[in-house]
Amino acid sequence: MILTNIEEVPGQEIIEHYGLVSGSTIRAKHAGRDMMAGIKNIFGGELKGYTELLRESRAEAVDRMMKQATAVGANAIVNVRFATSTVAAGAAEIFAYGTAVKVQAKSTSKELG
Amino acid sequence: MGLIIGLVLIVVGYFYGSYAEKKHYKSIKQRELVLRSKPLVSGKTSLRKEGVGKSMLVSGSVVISIDRFKQVMAGIRNVFGGEVQAYSSLLDRGRREAMLRMMESAPFGDKFVNLKIETAKISTSAKGGTGTVEVFAYATAITYKS
Repeated sequence: MILTNIEEVPGQEIIEHYGLVSGSTIRAKHAGRDMMAGIKNIFGGELKGYTELLRESRAEAVDRMMKQATAVGANAIVNVRFATSTVAAGAAEIFAYGTAVKVQAKSTSKELG
Repeated sequence: MGLIIGLVLIVVGYFYGSYAEKKHYKSIKQRELVLRSKPLVSGKTSLRKEGVGKSMLVSGSVVISIDRFKQVMAGIRNVFGGEVQAYSSLLDRGRREAMLRMMESAPFGDKFVNLKIETAKISTSAKGGTGTVEVFAYATAITYKS
């Protein structure tokens, strides 16, 4: 599965469009992480626990999007976008969406035609 | 008693926070120097389409917070108005760090196009938790056949 956030896959051509695919996940952090973040708020700097949490959630959302794309028979997703929103204090929704397409290498199509 | 603890936290935040910020900026500048030769663009029109080997979505993110001293300074600034420098340095650090992580995660990329940066406020408590942001940077990494 090839993912890009531009309208195409460079060097390959899109032979079929399957429409929008998306994946989302809502995650809450556990209290321990929250307490550590509170302490970190005094000193400033990176909150590694949160960085990790959001990275995992994004991977999950992308994974769900890719599963949807595979189900419709696509081999690439173009124009991928991410959106993040805070649903409640301590919970965030990560949303990934894109257009599922089928691509093939340009050189082979030239040979065929 | 609560006031004393609050003051101590501000002082500790000031010393540790400014030390951490200096250290972070030093590391950012060093890593930026290494990656300077690689083009990173927010557009997609300058794309050379011949000889593309691989293209891939890459991303980098960081959750970063300001120290207690700067939170207080920002609060004071809120009364008078004007630029809140405490926050500008926080966001600057966050964005540059996220971009660096993105590029470092894809050493095979020769060019990074269509860079998008997303910033989200993270609330750490029911009170609102000011001063913590998540910066997420993503782009398409392109590798050219040599």
